[in-house]
Amino acid sequence: MSTPPTPPPGAAPSLASQREIDREIAALRQSYVDLRAGGAPERLHPDRDYLPYRSSALRHPKQPLVAIEDPEVMELTGPVFGVTDVTALDNDLTRQHAGEPLGERLTVTGRVLDRDGRPVRGQLVEIWQANAAGRYAHQRDDHPAPLDPNFTGVGRCLTDDEGRYQFTTIKPGPYPWRNHRNAWRPAHIHFSLFGTAFTQRLVTQMYFPGDPLFPYDPILQSVTDDAARQRLVATYDHDLSVPEWSLGYRWDIVLDGPAATWMEEGRL
Amino acid sequence: MSTLPPTPSQTVGPFYGYALPFPGGGDIAPAGHPDTITIRGVVLDGAGQPIPDALLEIWQAGPDGDLTGRPGSMRRDPVTGGHLGRNGVDFTGFGRVPTDADGGWVVRTLPPGPHRPGATPYLSVCVFARGLLHHLFTRIYLPEHADALAADPVLGALPPERRATLLATREHDRTYRFDIRLQGGDGPHEETVFLAFP
Repeated sequence: MSTPPTPPPGAAPSLASQREIDREIAALRQSYVDLRAGGAPERLHPDRDYLPYRSSALRHPKQPLVAIEDPEVMELTGPVFGVTDVTALDNDLTRQHAGEPLGERLTVTGRVLDRDGRPVRGQLVEIWQANAAGRYAHQRDDHPAPLDPNFTGVGRCLTDDEGRYQFTTIKPGPYPWRNHRNAWRPAHIHFSLFGTAFTQRLVTQMYFPGDPLFPYDPILQSVTDDAARQRLVATYDHDLSVPEWSLGYRWDIVLDGPAATWMEEGRL
Repeated sequence: MSTLPPTPSQTVGPFYGYALPFPGGGDIAPAGHPDTITIRGVVLDGAGQPIPDALLEIWQAGPDGDLTGRPGSMRRDPVTGGHLGRNGVDFTGFGRVPTDADGGWVVRTLPPGPHRPGATPYLSVCVFARGLLHHLFTRIYLPEHADALAADPVLGALPPERRATLLATREHDRTYRFDIRLQGGDGPHEETVFLAFP
């Protein structure tokens, strides 16, 4: 398709402009800065109630979460995965079809750690992403960018004894969405991670350094703490780049939530 | 003592459907097990509308209370790279189901046993959805454990209508219903109790 799609009549006017979204993002950032100056704790995760991300409006609880402090709850254990659950090719997203996908070939690697810095060993890491043109292999993605018959965009692996994961893939493209008018997501790879405890479960997104779309994106900006937001951005690592083959990005992941040391000692 | 700051959560988004769900994800009970129970429900938003792009994960003890878990929930075929399904014998304790176009979900599992002597059994649930920036945890208690739930020092102290959101209701023999409402509204459903693990 060589021309931009025509919006359906009446659809566009109900959407906020980027400028309105920018103002909301700035106001929420400022209120967090003010709270911090008043001694409020760091906010290490996004607020579930984040107006600039419009879909969050009806999908966040209004009641406070109920704190469970019992050190023997079953959530301090978690599901187990093994070599039966992944195949050897699953961590190479460029070899799932007859031909090579289009795009910039990448090596993405890092370590999965708990908050004490201990490696999370033998646990499942799952990723999914758009293709180089910014299109997901999903029927509901109607972005008029080409599908790539040689790229699905799904990968899995188990972490090794040092908590390391590694994927070969291509760089995903940025893509438009309908949160507001002219909304574009910065390029990202979705990550899903398990720890030894179900409480450590994490689904998140990895971004690429220097993306000009960062300030405009309400999903990334939902992490209002500057240092916390920076933790979602991978580092380009020239030593990881493979000559004549791929560019290297490093992204370490720290899982939040308590882990059952009493169980782990039994397992080790 | 925690030292490293955690990686922040981000929403699962709308397009996880070809990556995270797997065939038989809701069939936690070994195939044909006579003790199998069915738990089903819908996931609703603050307007009472079904959420068709939510993903639920279940983690639970086996009927004997065992929490060791085991691999094999998403067994793969090393020849084709496709999904083999579970082996039909082992109980892994883990399930994963996306909601359908009506916001509905179903799991078939075995009733959990007490994970330590005297503990009240339950299924742990982790909820992901487009529009939800950070997953939510809740629990499914079966109706036969209503009195034990009411005696729980934390959950028993909740107002009865709030506590009731953690209780599955019996639809008919061996089939239970458990709806999840991400946000309270004007409708008949109370907002589900969600949990934090500090």
